[in-house]
Amino acid sequence: MSVDDIVLDIRDLTTEFLVGGRWHAAVRGLSLALRRNETLAVVGESGSGKSVAALSLLRLLPQAGARIGGGEIRFAGRNLVALSEDDMAEIRGNAIAMIFQEPMTALNPTMTVGAQIAEAVLTHRRVSRAEAVVEAIRLLEEVRIPSAASRVHDYPHQFSGGMRQRVMIAMALACRPSVLLADEPTTALDVTIQAQVLALLSELKTAHGLAVLFITHNLGVVAQIADRVAVMHAGEVVELAPVGELFARPLHPYTAALLRAMPRVDVDSEDLEPIPGQVPSIAAVLPGCAFAPRCSFRQPGCVQERPPLVAIDAGHEHFVRCPVRAPAQEPTP
Amino acid sequence: MAAVSTAVARPSGLWLAFRRNRLSWVGLVLLAAIVLIAALAPLIAPYDPIEQHIAYRLEPPSAEFLLGTDTYGRDVLSRLIHGARISLIVAFAAVAIAMVVGTFIGVVSGYVGGMFDQVMMGVLDVKLAFPTLLLGLMIAAILGASLENLIIAIAVTEIAPFARIARAPTIALKQRDFIEAGRALGFGPLRIMGVHILPNMIADVVVMGSLWMATAIRTEASLSFIGLGVKPPTPTWGGMIREGFENILTAWWLAVFPSLAILLTVLALNLLGDALRDAIDPKLRAE
Amino acid sequence: MIRYAALRLVLAVPTLLGMLTVIFVLVRLVPGDAAMVILGEQANEAALQALRSKLGLDQPLYVQYLDFLGGVLTGDFGRSLASGRPVLDEVRFVLPYTIELTAAALGLGVIFGLLLGVLAAVRRNQAADYLGRIFSLVGLSFPAFVSGILLLLVFAVELGWFPVLGGGGEGPAAGLRNLALPALNLGLIMTAYIMRVTRSSMLAVLGEDYIRTARAKGVRARQVIMRHGLRNALIPIITVVGLYFGTLIGNSVLTEIVFNRPGLGKLILGALNTRDYALLQGLMIVFAICIIVVNTLTDLAYGFVDPRVKYK
Repeated sequence: MSVDDIVLDIRDLTTEFLVGGRWHAAVRGLSLALRRNETLAVVGESGSGKSVAALSLLRLLPQAGARIGGGEIRFAGRNLVALSEDDMAEIRGNAIAMIFQEPMTALNPTMTVGAQIAEAVLTHRRVSRAEAVVEAIRLLEEVRIPSAASRVHDYPHQFSGGMRQRVMIAMALACRPSVLLADEPTTALDVTIQAQVLALLSELKTAHGLAVLFITHNLGVVAQIADRVAVMHAGEVVELAPVGELFARPLHPYTAALLRAMPRVDVDSEDLEPIPGQVPSIAAVLPGCAFAPRCSFRQPGCVQERPPLVAIDAGHEHFVRCPVRAPAQEPTP
Repeated sequence: MAAVSTAVARPSGLWLAFRRNRLSWVGLVLLAAIVLIAALAPLIAPYDPIEQHIAYRLEPPSAEFLLGTDTYGRDVLSRLIHGARISLIVAFAAVAIAMVVGTFIGVVSGYVGGMFDQVMMGVLDVKLAFPTLLLGLMIAAILGASLENLIIAIAVTEIAPFARIARAPTIALKQRDFIEAGRALGFGPLRIMGVHILPNMIADVVVMGSLWMATAIRTEASLSFIGLGVKPPTPTWGGMIREGFENILTAWWLAVFPSLAILLTVLALNLLGDALRDAIDPKLRAE
Repeated sequence: MIRYAALRLVLAVPTLLGMLTVIFVLVRLVPGDAAMVILGEQANEAALQALRSKLGLDQPLYVQYLDFLGGVLTGDFGRSLASGRPVLDEVRFVLPYTIELTAAALGLGVIFGLLLGVLAAVRRNQAADYLGRIFSLVGLSFPAFVSGILLLLVFAVELGWFPVLGGGGEGPAAGLRNLALPALNLGLIMTAYIMRVTRSSMLAVLGEDYIRTARAKGVRARQVIMRHGLRNALIPIITVVGLYFGTLIGNSVLTEIVFNRPGLGKLILGALNTRDYALLQGLMIVFAICIIVVNTLTDLAYGFVDPRVKYK
């Protein structure tokens, strides 16, 4: 994988929220690179900052009380953080698209599905309404909605949950984006439907050469579709590795704990270990490693300085942020 | 047996609502001032409200008569102050009656349930379909214009909302375990309704009461304006505006001052009512 | 959808029946003898008896009730005691004025109410929002006749721009001048009400997920507000505005009285003053029917506008 394949380059991104009159970081110094034709999964518990990170990429944060506090998002030779709102709107739904968790509430109940997909097309392409609708039908077929030509005039409530999510995907891919941000798209779906949607996403990724950022808290899903995995905790990446490597050799104590807490077919449920404690709220993050209070490998040095993300392999594919398991020897990537 | 609270205005909630919404302080102060003025009417009013000063008829505001005089030479300011008494008493009495009767109907209907409840609700729906003013108008016209009839007319228009708001929690609470337990222990329905169900909705009902006071004042003023209110020479704000209306070309002060009085009172009640409502149920907030 | 509409229509009937019954009962409660009221205390017994017979007052109550209902069905709402004309004729004469006023007020209220409401919601907690909320709070605190009188004082009496006593005159220009202040009065109150409802509805809608989806598609702010925000916010707004109709009637009556405009309001006042209970009863029937019709139409409109109801 060469540097040329990098489509979205996030460098030291910090996103802050106004809580109790002061700004607190929900995403702290996030650095990730998204590559073409790759699914990068971002895993973590609720409150780890993964959704906020995705929203930050498209600058979809609420206008009041939230801001990007620092860092760069490099895309197509530009820094998205510095773009005007108009320029950003040009990119949204066009070059970078996003799908969300709850397909029922994420679609406008008073617009037909076809109109909503056509809207995505009409916003960014100079075509007629009729052409946009034709394109909408084609997209519905691409996501395997049966009888697309007639269903294009239906309303969201007339679809099942899985189909609605497909509609969302069709809408997101309408303008052939190069990056797809997926914020827990299958969390609200049945397991069987989930498998179908994941398969669809995989196919589309390969067909269009997409770079997919897939956010989830479900490691099972990660195992199914991810190429690389980033584990987030308290607003920062604590481990980054190719998927096989992560499951085989989880180095960060948090990653290991997540794996142990995950229900598996081959492990008795009595052997599951929930992770003690909770993700700290953004206003309560202490200096040093944020996981230290909950970590069984904790050393005195852990709470003094924020540990850097360190590559532990020669090929620079596996990174860990832990002074105990991966002490700093070389500069961060 | 302790009553479980479902909607109690926690003191902290009340304080918070007041602190957040500064306008509610205005409402409270304003209302307190008006009530005080009304209560102290005989002491504050410079003149007797029905005393006629023939020599000074239709005088604009002056040093002697601060807000002017009306067609009978009566001091507008004094009439205004005494009018506050009448208007507030009428509104308060009407709302109190409506509250008691309405809550009673609502609780009983909700508790008994079944056919009785359905019929009751149908009746209330019919009543609710009538606009407040028209219903009050009909009743006042039928019964004849007097203080008592005015109170009755207004009270009738406001029963249905109280019945509604008392019925909903009753139905919800009816299923709760501690009610079942009470019934098992042999408590009669009246005791259950009075001791266990009622306290849970007091807060909601009181909040409604404050909001409906504002409506009561407006209804009273409107009815008096049409001529269905208290008979002269007793001063009411609506009646004074009626007189002002008849003399609008020559004596602007007759209409303006009672208008301002009504506006301020209703505004104060609305502000207060909004703040109370926010304290009870943050979900009801407009924001 | 058909089922929904049919259900609404069916439910409307008992309510209307109930209202008519209430009207019937209330009017029969008038103390005193109707015949004596009309002919005066001095009239001799024979004449009184003849009148009672003519008015059907000597029939048992349930017969009177059935006659009453039958009359309503056939369009006979009784005759005015004062003028002797059928109530419907009296109504027909003044109806255009009332409709004109109501339409104008509704137009004003809807246009400005929606506009200000959306503005207040979009610019939440900024100057526009606070001003809007103050306006709506004050506007809703005025009883309709109070605001009417104040408007009359300022614009007609003091400034002389508009006629004071309702004015007459022929032609559209005069008509407009006569319409202006009462429409403004009624319209301001409607604006305050609609603004408040629009604001809260929009705020609720703007917090929904699909707004975020629309933004994520790159749709520009104005379209997001209009196509995704307002279109969804309108659904509850329509319902609330429909329910407001009753209050609108009350305000309209007061406005017509204040501005001396011909209309149903003036008719009511006249009926009250002359103790013309027959006319009063007839007018109440008219109002009851209008209210039921509007409520039902509102329900139907709701079913029409919300696709979730329309396509079940």
